[in-house]
Amino acid sequence: MIASPKIEASHLFKRFDGAAHDALQDVSLQIQPNEFVTFVGASGCGKSTLLRTIGGLEQHTGGTLQVDGQAVHGPGPERAMVFQHYSLYPWMSVRENIKFCRQLKVHTQDRSSADVEAAAGRADALLRLMGLGHVADAWPNQLSGGMQQRVAIARALMSRPEILLMDEPFGALDAQTREVMHDLILHVHRLEKATIVFVTHDVEEAIYLGQRIVLMAPRPGRIDTIYDVPLPAQRTQDMKHAPEFLQLKREILDRIRETSGMKTDLDLLEQLSRTAEA
Amino acid sequence: MAIASSPSAAPVTPVASAPRLAPALPVAQHAPARRWWTVRGGIPSQAYAALALIGLVLPLLAWWLATAVGGADAVFLPSPGQVWHRTVDWWVEADLAGDILVSIGRVVGGFLLSAVIALPLGLMIGTFRVVQALLEPLTDFVRYMPAVAFIPLVMLWVGIDESSKVAIIFIGTFFQMVLMVAEDVRRVPLAQIEAAQTMGATRTELVEKVVFPSAAPALMDTLRVTMGWAWTYLVVAELVAANSGLGYAILKAQRFLQTDKIFAGIILIGLIGLVTDQLFRLAHRKAFPWLYLKG
Repeated sequence: MIASPKIEASHLFKRFDGAAHDALQDVSLQIQPNEFVTFVGASGCGKSTLLRTIGGLEQHTGGTLQVDGQAVHGPGPERAMVFQHYSLYPWMSVRENIKFCRQLKVHTQDRSSADVEAAAGRADALLRLMGLGHVADAWPNQLSGGMQQRVAIARALMSRPEILLMDEPFGALDAQTREVMHDLILHVHRLEKATIVFVTHDVEEAIYLGQRIVLMAPRPGRIDTIYDVPLPAQRTQDMKHAPEFLQLKREILDRIRETSGMKTDLDLLEQLSRTAEA
Repeated sequence: MAIASSPSAAPVTPVASAPRLAPALPVAQHAPARRWWTVRGGIPSQAYAALALIGLVLPLLAWWLATAVGGADAVFLPSPGQVWHRTVDWWVEADLAGDILVSIGRVVGGFLLSAVIALPLGLMIGTFRVVQALLEPLTDFVRYMPAVAFIPLVMLWVGIDESSKVAIIFIGTFFQMVLMVAEDVRRVPLAQIEAAQTMGATRTELVEKVVFPSAAPALMDTLRVTMGWAWTYLVVAELVAANSGLGYAILKAQRFLQTDKIFAGIILIGLIGLVTDQLFRLAHRKAFPWLYLKG
């Protein structure tokens, strides 16, 4: 693609105070407009840190990070984020949660009555899109985990952000709910034309959703490999059984195992059991 | 969800469960004792009410027995009847209603003054590390100082009028309240704050529209608890040149060895506290209905 990248990190470094390793070491990555990119990797690889840095919630300590050619200094409304949980406002109804951004000055400067009307329409459209119409007036804590995440996604989409950052949004959901959410988020991606960056520890999820997969490795946190997903843009559940899907899944899982330091632990276990036998 | 659970739920349907009930019953009959002692287990609401009543009546009964049967000296332990008569006398001959009102005024005054300052200050401490670093160690230090020991200073600085009583109650509650408010504010889930940040909220908006409303239920609980503490400082506050109030009455009764009046005063303070506490709980239910949803 020749178009200028939506998100561009070059030689990005991040080290937390007092940490022994870089959380991010020399991370360079370009994400194109309307792309769906997933980050995977063993725990501690910095995938969430990278996402949060793009979101402006963490400050990088070296290199440059640009969104639309502008350097990132802190969070902004064009980069909405969806968290794993506890992000909804329990004192507001589902509809009020979704319309939360309308309470903020950024979204209400010079607003006309037509604008207010459009916002109300948008909230209703999102409620319907997310299958939340029947619970619009419920409190968030009356909903299941899956429904709560739908609200969180709808709330993030309300202001039509150009970038949607998702930090393991389905990590706490059961497998069936997750599958439904996958197709929903792909649908949202087609409809909203947003650039989506999605962090997960579930390789299958990463392949099913992503057009590209960024595999990261821990200690120090860095990009290990970037995979192009050899599947058609329009995904269907049965693609999960396609040979190229399974092939890629195996490849990525093997690579994660190699980079995670898991191997040394297994060696130790083997050694211990041998000592026990002797 | 419903589909997933239906196979396992099938045996519990009325028809299927009938034969199963028989062997289950004997277990249920001698199980309650063990069931009631399940860690964090529930008990029937009638049982709860009955136990609460027993818990209140039993000490009263023991008290009555000690005086009626045990023949305790009235100077050491007056009977419930004597305390009751003393309370009635107090109401009719002296100004009990006035004492109660004066004391409520002092406690509520000290408490409100404390809350008005502690809420914004605690909110700042819990929200901004800079304010926390500046004020929390200091508050921690001061809160260990006994409020009673401040009486001479309060008399010196504030005088001996009404404001001195309010000041003592303020000193007794304020420092604890600030720290509890700060803790409530710190417990607001970070994801709630960060979500608003990525929607473009300004710092002021974060505090006004996320941090405060999110902490509000906990803050109201903190106010309820500290209101109780404010009452415990009443007697101390009325040590300072008072000539009315429940605490003052207790202190005066001590001088004349009117043990029954001391009892009456203490019990009255307890009752007022109990009523206040219940009012706070009721207000909590009304203000934060989503925390009390059934099912």
